[in-house]
Formats: sequence, structure tokens, C-alpha cells
Amino acid sequence: MITIQKRDSVTRKQGALRQLASIAGALMIGALVIFLSGYNPGTVYIEIIRGSLGSGYSISETVQTVIPLLIMALGVTICFKVKFINIGPEGQFYTGAMAATYFAITWPDLPRGALLALMCASSIAMGGLWCVIPALLKVKVGVNETLVTLMMNYIAIKFVAYLQYGPWKDPSVIGYPVIRQFSQSGILPDALGVHSGWIIAILLLIGMIALLGKTKYGYKITVLGENPNTARYAGYGTAKLLVSATFIGGGLCGIAGFIQASGVENSLNAMLSNGWGFTSIVVAWMGRLKPLPIVAVSVLIAVLIQGCTYLQISMGVPYFMASVIQAIILFFILGSDFFMNYRIVRRQGDKEAEARR
Amino acid sequence: MAYIQLRNITKKFGSVYANRRICLDIHKGEIHALLGGNGSGKTTLMNILAGRYKYDEGNILIDGRKAVFHSPGDSVKAGIGMIHQHVDLVDSLSVEENILAGTEKGLFPTRKKARGKIKDLAELYDFHVEPEGKVYQLTIGGKQAVEILKVFYRGASVLILDEPTSVLAPIEARALFVNLGKMKENGCAIVLITHKMQEVFDISDRVTVLRKGEAVYTSLTADTGQSMLTEKMVGHAIEGRTEYRAAPRRDIRPLLAVSDVTVHNRFGSAALSGVSLDIRPGEIHGIAGAAGSGQKELCDVIAGIAAADEGRILYNGKDIAHMPIAGRAAKGVRIGYVPEDRMDTGLVGGMCISDNVMLRRIDREKGLFFNEKKARDLALRIIGKYGVDAVDPAQKLKDLSGGNIQKILLGREIEEAPDLLITAYPVRGLDIGATNYIFGLLRERRDSGMAILFVGEDTDVLLELCDRISTLYRGRLTATLDAAGTTKAELGLFMAGGGTGGTR
Ligand SMILES: Nc1ncnc2c1ncn2[C@@H]1O[C@H](COP(=O)(O)OP(=O)(O)OP(=O)(O)O)[C@@H](O)[C@H]1O
Ligand SMILES: [Mg+2]
Repeated sequence: MITIQKRDSVTRKQGALRQLASIAGALMIGALVIFLSGYNPGTVYIEIIRGSLGSGYSISETVQTVIPLLIMALGVTICFKVKFINIGPEGQFYTGAMAATYFAITWPDLPRGALLALMCASSIAMGGLWCVIPALLKVKVGVNETLVTLMMNYIAIKFVAYLQYGPWKDPSVIGYPVIRQFSQSGILPDALGVHSGWIIAILLLIGMIALLGKTKYGYKITVLGENPNTARYAGYGTAKLLVSATFIGGGLCGIAGFIQASGVENSLNAMLSNGWGFTSIVVAWMGRLKPLPIVAVSVLIAVLIQGCTYLQISMGVPYFMASVIQAIILFFILGSDFFMNYRIVRRQGDKEAEARR
Repeated sequence: MAYIQLRNITKKFGSVYANRRICLDIHKGEIHALLGGNGSGKTTLMNILAGRYKYDEGNILIDGRKAVFHSPGDSVKAGIGMIHQHVDLVDSLSVEENILAGTEKGLFPTRKKARGKIKDLAELYDFHVEPEGKVYQLTIGGKQAVEILKVFYRGASVLILDEPTSVLAPIEARALFVNLGKMKENGCAIVLITHKMQEVFDISDRVTVLRKGEAVYTSLTADTGQSMLTEKMVGHAIEGRTEYRAAPRRDIRPLLAVSDVTVHNRFGSAALSGVSLDIRPGEIHGIAGAAGSGQKELCDVIAGIAAADEGRILYNGKDIAHMPIAGRAAKGVRIGYVPEDRMDTGLVGGMCISDNVMLRRIDREKGLFFNEKKARDLALRIIGKYGVDAVDPAQKLKDLSGGNIQKILLGREIEEAPDLLITAYPVRGLDIGATNYIFGLLRERRDSGMAILFVGEDTDVLLELCDRISTLYRGRLTATLDAAGTTKAELGLFMAGGGTGGTR
């Protein structure tokens, strides 16, 4: 008989080793599936690496993918820390991008520093607000946040589409409706060949590590998430903590929207996020809600995303097949997580037990 | 030959030996008491036998044959059942559903046969539980009965109980022992982990003492004595307790005056109705009563965790009945609280020791940052002063033994030096040495002016330790008595709702 058994807890080093081993294992199983689909797994893997890290251009593309993934995953993390299941990074991303776009197209002539600061601040406020609404509903009326945050994604996305087709439509462009391009003032400057969003990401990462691990606020958040009864017992105004943490989380997702609009598209449209808001939830989860592992996972996933896009060009792999390959690898990496914590055992004791009966 | 033989069992957690080459024989038709100080490895050893932990070395023989357990399920199949210190039942399910969970086979199991079997078992052991009743309606003793039924329903012939009486009222404990006697007659093997010496001599046939992970002594209970066991447990003889009680002072203004407080539980009925009492600085004020008579509600409402539906709570003349906990320190209200269920409220199991000791004072710290060094120093001080068996302040709290977790909670609340300390069953799970130490410390703090509210279950302890005792019966206060002139019988009468409700 076969059963599933939880593994004993392991030391840090053992854990890291197992994680590496399981990723290697996942890549091998992935290889088998790719082979069965009629492609040469070796070539596929090499092309994925080449497409994501093989040239200056591809590296910059990958970095541009890491930036929003990482920032949103950090936002999701602080929400999850207080046991607020935020499925809404996508919506918070779009409301943030919307706020930034409003200022970029309303005051295109402001000096660059002032306009960017305004865009950034407003994206935090709007993203934060989009996350605080379900938090208040949870605190005040006890509404489950999972559904509300999920639904609010669609409100935000559809609203962007409405703006794109309606009020914010650029009249000078004929044909497919688009929102006006930002003026130079509204565009993040480049640094080392990539838009400077990466500097913001690094600053946010450091800030987050400090906030969660070193401050009194981070400590209280952890207590609240681990044992709300104890937080109440210690008199930590639990509702306030929850609302502030969700504001920070939503605000981070909003910044990601601002960076993507300003640095990458120089405009806003309803496909701005590429669905990475949802991906960021997976990133936060796989990184175990710890900032540094989250960085590693963001890079891994960004490599996968960019590499698989490249497969379409280099190997003529159709779009859907590239997506399938990406999903397969992701699936097995996620699956390996399970095998790190559980193992399947064949029971030897059974026969003896039966013999005794 | 013993039915179960543990041979040279060794279990390490990191670099700590929780069990070291332990040998233990468990016989059918016998009650085997397992004694030992906090952190000596009792729970770990029994968790190994229950299939919860893998061991590093050694063998388990059942009926002379080597047994290998990969999971608790394997151990259940071998007829071993364990009652853990913390009940793990699902509150919202019925008794029957809890007992049957995981045993039903097929898509449409028939409940009828199962129900009959449960009723038979309940009758056999005189458990008054209804299979259809919900678990949350039961007292702790009732929940424990359900756990025992569950174990027997699965066909256990070996029963392990981890400190079963620490959560029971004395009457419930006696009922449990009567049942253990019956099980023994029926040929079961029973292992009883306990810190109470009296229980060893009341009920056990054989006793084993663990110290620092090693089995240092085994004997037939009849062939040994209390001083022998204590000596084996701590490694040296223990001095007798010094009893001393200052005369209660009536002239002092009370620190806390609870007047006509009523609290409704979540079903809308009164858990506490019209309770009035006062607590003076420099006194230990006991609360006696059967389990669930409103003790928890009284403590919670004073500590500010629950709101009073009616009545006032005056602290130095200020009404704090609706004052949020957060604002209390700033207004000079300094109340410490050791709640009865430490893992549910009061501690964070997943955080380390030094994080847990900072819980109360974090808001008084200056600046934005968490002071790691201060936390570590405080943790080390508590570990040293309260004799906590821990390797490092960075250890996760939930990896400590039950008694050591309790010591961290007590240490934190006492070291905060509040003006009023509320303690509910503070020595639950502590070994004899630690119990005496805590009682001594409470007396010392009382003498230096602290007001202490002491919720207890053992009338002997209450009479010995407290200056005054209030009795609760079904949420009503039946009397407040001077401990000095009161007998056990009198106290028992008021606890059972009798008497005139006078105040002395
Ligand atoms: N999961 C764990 N991880 C690390 N150390 C552990 C773990 N469980 C127990 N220990 C350690 O093993 C030792 C024995 O613990 P155990 O719980 O068996 O003691 P105990 O005799 O039951 O004590 P108590 O009377 O306080 O309940 C302790 O030092 C404890 O810190
Ligand atoms: Mg124990």
C-alpha cells in the first residue's frame, strides 16, 4: 500500500539542496514531456536560455519581466502575511497604471521629476485603495476577501478598456483605439540599457526586507498573521494593522502598474499586465513569502516567460505549444515543492500487522 | 514478556537528545506511569510509540515482533491510541462524526452499526455523551471522553494519556481514574504521563522516571516511595515548601472593583451574570469553581479581551470595562494575563522565543525598529530565571516541551511587573520543581504589593496559596471567603452553588 507522509522538518542547508534537486528533477520530467510532444528537449532548453539571457537585448527583456513580477509578488506577500488572500494584484496593477496615466496625459508638460513623482504617488494611492476596499469589507462586514479581490480585477481591467475605447481614446490615431502616448516627462529614463524601474524594484525589495524583518510594524504583522487571538490579547489594533498592510500590498502592485505603463508601453492599454498579476501570486507562494527566495523565483519565471516567447521565433514552435511548454515546466517545479514536504512511502509494516490479526 | 518493548530508543532534534537509549516495557493489564521534569522527553517518547515521530535508533517490539511505524495510522493498526494534551477534535462536528472521521469506508456508510458500538462503549465507561451532540457544547472533560471513545472505537488495546488530568477538575479526574481501572481489568495496557505524584501512587502499577532524555529508574509502584521518585526526577532531594501567609489587610483600597458584570456568550446566554468582587494590592485572590463556570469570561473581561455587556470594572477608580487594551498602558492601567489556553491566546507557536517575550512591550519600545538584542537578552533572562529547557532564544516556541512553553508565558507576564496579574491555571503542565518555584514567586510578588487573581481547580492549592477565595457557580459568584478560616468542605459547598451567598 502506498501512502503520503509529511517529512520531518529539515535544516536550511538541506532545504536549499532539496529545492535545487527538485528543480533539476522537474526539468528532467519536463524534458520527457517535451520529447513526447515531438521536440528535442536539449534544444528547447538551450533556446529558452538563449532567448532570455543570450544577448543584451534579451537580458533587458527578461529584466523588464522580473521588475513587475517581483514588485507585485512583494505586494502579495505582505497581504498573505496577515492572512489576507489577495487574488487582486492584477486589478491593483491596473488601477495604479490608470492613476499614473491620468497625470501623464493631463499634465504632459510638467518637469519630468515632478510628473514622475506625481504618477508614482497616485499609483500607490489607487492600487492601495483597490486593495483596502476588500480589506474594509472583510473587517467591517466579514466578507470573504478572496472573491472580492478576484472580482475587482475584472472591474479594473474592463474600466481600462472603457477608457481606451472611450474618454481617453487618442483622436489623432485612426483605426484601433489607443490611449495617447506619454510625453517625455512621463517616461521613466533608462539606466544601463533598461528603464530605471529596476532601481525602484531594488529599493522596494530592500525596503520590504527591512519592513518585514527589522521593524516593530513587521513584527506585529507577523504576530497578527500567525495568531490573531494573541495579537488581540496584546492590544495590537488588529483592524488597523490589516488595513495598513493591505494598503502597502495594493500600493506595491499599483507601482508595478505605473512602471509598466511609464517604462515599457509609454501608454496604457487593457493588455498592459500580460496576466503577470496572477503569475505574481504563484511567485510569492513559491518563494514562501520570503523576499530573497521571491527574487530567485521571479528571475526563474521571467527566464521561462521570455525564453518560451523566443521559442516561437527560433524553433517555429506555435504560440500555444510554447505556452504548454512553459506550463509544463512550471507545473513540475510547483509539483516538486510537494515532494519536498511530503514523500510517498510503501508500507512494509502491513504484512506483519495482517499476520498478527 | 511485556506486550510492548521499547529497546534503546534514541531521538535527536538537531543536536538535542530528546530521548537517549530508552528502554521501556509496557504490560497488558497494567497502568504504567511516566514521570519526569519538563523537557525530559516523555511526550517525545510516546509520540514515537504513536507513530508521530521517526526515531533515530532502537527498536519497538510488539508481542515480541519488531514493528515499524511510518505514520500514526500504522500505530493505530497495531492497537495503540494516544490522547494528546491538547484535544484535537473538530468543534463544529458531532461527537459521532469526530469518532468516525477517517474510519468510514464506501460511499454510503451506514451509521447505525457504528452508533450502536459507540453507545455500548460509552455505557461501558459511564461516559455521558450523546453521539449526536456537538463537540463545542462539551466541557473539557467531555471532550477528553470523546477522544478516549475514538481511540477505543478504533480497536486500541494500548492507551497512552499525556497529562490527562492537567485540564480536568478533581471530580472529572477521579471519574477518569475509575475508567482507567476498568480498562486495565479488561486487559488494556495504559501509559499515563503525569506531573502529579499523588496520581502515581493512586493508580499506577509500575512507574518509570525520565531525566534529560534518559530512563533513569523503573520500579513497581508498590516497591517505591515519593521521595525516591522525586530524587530520581531532579537528581537531588527537594526541600519542603515554606508555608506562610500574611494576614489579609482590609483597610487597603481595592485596586480593582468589578461590579455587577454580565457577559453573554456567543449563543446569547449569560456566561457571567451580575458578578461583583474586588481585588486588593498585596493579595492573591483565588477563583474557585467547576470548569466552565465563567472563569475564562471573568479573566477575559478584566484583561480587556472581551467586552462586558453590563456592569463596571473600576481600576483605581477608572472604569476600564470598555477601554481598549492598546490605550491601557498610557493611562496607567497595568494588567498582566496568563490565559488558560496558551497556544490559542497569549503566544505565537511559530515564532521564536525572543520574539514571544517582546509581545507585550513592543509598543513601549522607542523608534521604528525591533530591537533584536534587547529581545535576546530578555529571553535569556527568562530562560535562566525560570529554568526553561531551551538551547537558544532563536528556537521556535512550538518546539519546546509543554511545560517549558508555559514557563515562557509565565516568565513574560511576571517580568512585566504589572500591578494586577491574572493567572488561569498557571502551573498546568509544570513539573514539581517548577510548580513550587512559581508558587514561591507569586507569594513574593504579592508581598511586594502586586494584586494577583488566581484561577485554580485544586482546592488544596487554592486554600494554601490564596488570601481570599471567590467561588463561581454557573456564572454567578456564590461567595467571597477568607482562605484562613475556610475548610475544603465549605469551599466545595459554595462551588456547588450552595450556601447563602454571603461575603466575609
Ligand atoms: N519538534 C521538536 N523540535 C525540536 N525540539 C523538540 C521538539 N519536540 C521536543 N523537542 C525537545 O525535546 C525535549 C523533550 O521534549 P518533550 O516534549 O518530550 O518533553 P516532556 O517530557 O514531554 O516535557 P513536559 O513535561 O514539559 O511536557 C525538549 O528539550 C524539547 O525542547
Ligand atoms: Mg509533554
